[in-house]
Amino acid sequence: MIAAIGRRTVAAISAVGRFGHFLQDFIRAVPDVGTWGRLTALQMRRIGVDSLPVALFIAAFTGIVLALQASYTFTGAVPMYFVGTLVGKTMMLELGPVLVGLALAGRVGASMAAELGTMKVTEQVDALETLAYDPQSYLVVPRVFAATLMFPVIVACAIGVGIVTGWLTSLQLLHLSTPDFIKGLKLFYLFKDTWFGLFKSATFGCTIAMVGCIVGLGTRGGAEGVGRSTTQAVVYAAVLILVLDAFWAVVLL
Amino acid sequence: MIRFTDVQKAFGTKRVLEGLTLDVPDGETLALIGYSGTGKSVTLKHVVGLIEPDAGEVYVDDVAVSTLDRAALTALRREIGYVFQFAALFDSLSVADNVALGLRRRDLHDDEIEERVHEALALVDLTGSDAALPAELSGGMRKRVGIARAIALQPRYILYDEPTTGLDPVTSAVIDQLMVRTREHTGATAIVVTHDMRSAYTVGDRIAMLYEGRIRQVGTVEEIQQTDDAVVRQFIEGRPG
Repeated sequence: MIAAIGRRTVAAISAVGRFGHFLQDFIRAVPDVGTWGRLTALQMRRIGVDSLPVALFIAAFTGIVLALQASYTFTGAVPMYFVGTLVGKTMMLELGPVLVGLALAGRVGASMAAELGTMKVTEQVDALETLAYDPQSYLVVPRVFAATLMFPVIVACAIGVGIVTGWLTSLQLLHLSTPDFIKGLKLFYLFKDTWFGLFKSATFGCTIAMVGCIVGLGTRGGAEGVGRSTTQAVVYAAVLILVLDAFWAVVLL
Repeated sequence: MIRFTDVQKAFGTKRVLEGLTLDVPDGETLALIGYSGTGKSVTLKHVVGLIEPDAGEVYVDDVAVSTLDRAALTALRREIGYVFQFAALFDSLSVADNVALGLRRRDLHDDEIEERVHEALALVDLTGSDAALPAELSGGMRKRVGIARAIALQPRYILYDEPTTGLDPVTSAVIDQLMVRTREHTGATAIVVTHDMRSAYTVGDRIAMLYEGRIRQVGTVEEIQQTDDAVVRQFIEGRPG
């Protein structure tokens, strides 16, 4: 029992130490713009453009459900134009960033961990080093920067789609007028609602990419190791998104 | 010159190298033989700083590899071509881009990079395969691309990690000829890790056998073929114990 606790403690401290080293290597690689510059554009397309359909699909249905649930909750007690308020606030502050973040933790985080894990076990990462490249500059920095930059863009699009589907649902199913929906949307709106959601999504993007890269480059063994890393990347990223979400709510709201 | 002095390395409780001492003079091709899992690849990785020794030191041009900072290590790696056991080609890059990747880290003009890529691919008989992806190549072709990637850098040292493992005898012979041709073409100092004795006899100026973490015997091809050492003799004759 004591030995098991000891082993887990040592493992946890080692993990913190590895993360510290990783961060140090990452910072050291940032000035190598010549390597990561053009690769970042490629990753921005892979992370951003390719993830957009999934994000918009989730946002569209979230907007519909939010409008219907708001109407169900408000009936008879609260004016119906508050449907616009709830759809707007919830999409911007919480569901847009968090649902998209969780969905992309699966898509982007898993894909990074699997790709880098495969490169690690097939010695492609070692090959990069022998060709005088820093794997951090070539593999990690472009992914982390691309995810950090593209997540707010994806989430902004998702928020927009969610609000539009919420408005269409209000129009068609709840018989709310457009001016009423917009009145509700503007009510209590603060600019902070927008930047808070987008800032949060940038931190989610950074976290998902960091976790995918750390776990991927730490892969050991063959196909089984890659599978293990992929699962770990998704689980760790999802947990960290929820923790970060609570953290930013406490600190910034 | 590459020099190993009393190199020791363990992974967890498994001691792999236990006092490896070996010199590889300039211009020589040394075949490093030994049973699977005896640390031959680990030995090679010490030369390019992918692995650091627990004790002892590896010197390249009289510079201790483990003492180099990142910039100096990168500079050293520009002098060394490394051919990986399974080629380690980048799946998403074409054959030409794989060969050009290392060249792009040097201050070379695009025309010169293209010329060197074509030259290297011609040397390994892969002219016309520039646009192919690694997944479209056979095992032997992948190994040849790996060799082209190393020689395109015009390195002073080339490290081959089991270049003929997993290949049929004819393709193995082609790779052996290629290593000999590369040496004649570049004059590079080379270490060839192998357990294919035909390959070792063909490419090695000297042969060294790694056994239980140390060099058991090192000598010319003739000296190894006429050895009295029972362990070395059993290995080179491929007799079960």
